[in-house]
Amino acid sequence: MDTRLLVEDFSAWYGQTQAVKNVTLPVYASQVTAIIGPSGCGKSTFIRCLNRLHEVIPGTRTRGRVLLDGQNIYDDKVDPAEIRRRVGMVFQKPNPFPTMSIFDNVAAGLRVHGLPPGTTAEEVVEKSLKMVGLWDEVADRLQDSGVSLSGGQQQRLCIARALAVEPEVLLMDEPCSALDPVSTLKIEELIKGLKEKYTIVIVTHNMHQAARVADYTAFFLNGQLIEYGVTSDIFTNPRDQRTEDYITGRFG
Amino acid sequence: MIAGRDQRRKFSNKLMLVLAAAATVLALLPLGSILLYVATKGLLALNWDFFTQLPKPVGEPGGGLANAIVGTLILVGLASVMGIPLGIMTGIYLAEFGRGRLAWLVRFTCDVMTGIPSIIVGIVVYGTIVVAMKRFSAIAGGVALAIIMLPLVTRTTEEMLKLVPNSLREASLALGASQWRTTYSIVLRSAMGGIITGSLLAVARVAGETAPLLFTALSSRYWHTGLDQRIASLPVYIYTYATTPYEEMHRLAWGAALVLVAMVLVTSIAARLAGRRAGGGR
Ligand SMILES: Nc1ncnc2c1ncn2[C@@H]1O[C@H](COP(=O)(O)OP(=O)(O)O)[C@@H](O)[C@H]1O
Ligand SMILES: [Mg+2]
Repeated sequence: MDTRLLVEDFSAWYGQTQAVKNVTLPVYASQVTAIIGPSGCGKSTFIRCLNRLHEVIPGTRTRGRVLLDGQNIYDDKVDPAEIRRRVGMVFQKPNPFPTMSIFDNVAAGLRVHGLPPGTTAEEVVEKSLKMVGLWDEVADRLQDSGVSLSGGQQQRLCIARALAVEPEVLLMDEPCSALDPVSTLKIEELIKGLKEKYTIVIVTHNMHQAARVADYTAFFLNGQLIEYGVTSDIFTNPRDQRTEDYITGRFG
Repeated sequence: MIAGRDQRRKFSNKLMLVLAAAATVLALLPLGSILLYVATKGLLALNWDFFTQLPKPVGEPGGGLANAIVGTLILVGLASVMGIPLGIMTGIYLAEFGRGRLAWLVRFTCDVMTGIPSIIVGIVVYGTIVVAMKRFSAIAGGVALAIIMLPLVTRTTEEMLKLVPNSLREASLALGASQWRTTYSIVLRSAMGGIITGSLLAVARVAGETAPLLFTALSSRYWHTGLDQRIASLPVYIYTYATTPYEEMHRLAWGAALVLVAMVLVTSIAARLAGRRAGGGR
C-alpha cells in the first residue's frame, strides 16, 4: 500500500506549550485514517500541521518532517500555499464565505490556483458539487449566498470547495460535530465514496464514527500518539491499556 | 407572598421603563430643538440665489454662498481621498498584520489623535504646509481634515476586520490563498459594510470642522480657482458671518448652517444604509 503522508518525529508548540509530541505516523493513500482521543489531546493541532496551517497562528512552531509523496512539506523551498492546495481541509464548523454565492464558494480556490487545463469553472463547480451530492439540491440556485444553505449542506459545500482544487489529501477536523444525525450520515457516506480518489484524515471524538468510516485509526493522548493500526484491531484488540480505557469509555 | 413579589417586580419594571423613556426624551430634546431652530431660521435664507450666487460685498443685499457649498464639497472630497484609503490601509495593517511594538505605537497614536482638539491639527498644518507654501490653500485644508479623519477610519476599519471570524481567514488560507489575497477578497469584503459606514461617519464628522480650516484653507469670496489657493467653506462662513453686526449676513449664516446640517444628516443616513445593505460582519 502506498504511503501518501509520512509524519516523522513531529512536534508542535503554542508558545511554550507543546501540543504534539514526537509523533511518527504513516498515512496510506486511498484510505481513511481517523484520529481519535479526548478533547484537548492535540488532534486538531496535529492535522493542522499536515497542511502547514498551524504556523499561521502567531507564536507557534514545529519540529520534525512531514513527507508528502516523499517530499518534506516543511522544507525551506516549499511554498505553503501549494501544499495547502494539495492537502485540502474541512473544518469543524461549516465556514462558507458569507459574501460569496454557492458557485463562487466552490470556485474560490480556482480563482487562486487557476483552472485545470481544458476545463471551465462551470464544469469544475458542477463536478465538485456532484461529488458531494449537493448538485441536485442547489443546481437551480447557484447564485444564492452560501450561508443560505442548511448546516449539513454548508458542510458539503465546504467539502466541494476543498475538492475543486483537486487535492491529493483531504483533512477533516470533526466535520460532523456541528451537524444533525441525518447530515452526519450523509457526510459519512460521502467520505466512504471519496476515499477511492482521495486520501482522507478525519479527526473525530466520536469513536463509533471512526469505527464506521476509518480503515486506520490513531489514538492520541496528551499530544502523544499512543496507538496506531487497522481500525478493527484498535477497537477489538487494543495493545495499550490507555487505548482500551478510552474506547471502553473509562475516560475522555 | 409570591403574588406580592410579582407585583413589586412588575411595578419596578414599569418604573424603570418610564424613567428610561423620560431620559430618552430629555436627551432628544436639545437635539430636536437645535434641528428645529436651525431649520426655521435657515429656511428663511434659502432661495435659488443662495445656491447659485457668490457672496455680495458688505452692505449689499442678496447674494448666496454657492462658492462655500462647492468649497466644502471640495475640502471634504480632498480629505476623503487622502484620509479614507490611508485609514483603511492602516486599519488593515493593525487588524491583520500588526503585532509587536510598531502596531502598539500606531494604535496608541490613533487613540491620542482621536482626542486631540481639531484646532491643534489646524495649527500644525499651518506651521508646516501653509508656512512652506507661503499661502493658505484648499490642499492644506484638505490635509487638516484628512488628519482628523485618519484615526476614525483606522480604528473603525480595525474593529470591523476584527469582527470577521477567524474561521473565514483559515478557510481561505487552507485553500492556498496568500495572506494578502485572504485579506483582500475574504476579510475586507466581509467587513465592507462596516468600513463604509465608518468612513462616511468620519466624513460627516469633518464636514462641520471650522477651527482647523481657519488656519489652513481660510476663506474666499470667489469661486475656487485651484487647490493651491484659499477656498471658501460653509463652517468658516457661518463663523465669520454670524459674528458680523449685519442682519443680512446673519440670515446667510443660518442658511449655511441648515445646508451643513442637511449634508451631515444625508451622509449619516447613507452611512447607516450602507452598513445595513452590506450586512456588516454577518
Ligand atoms: N490557539 C491556541 N493557543 C494556545 N494553545 C492552544 C491553541 N489551540 C489549542 N491549544 C492547546 O493545545 C492543546 C491541543 O489542542 P487541540 O489540538 O485543539 O486539541 P483537540 O483538537 O484534540 O481537542 C490543548 O491543550 C489546547 O489548550
Ligand atoms: Mg479539535
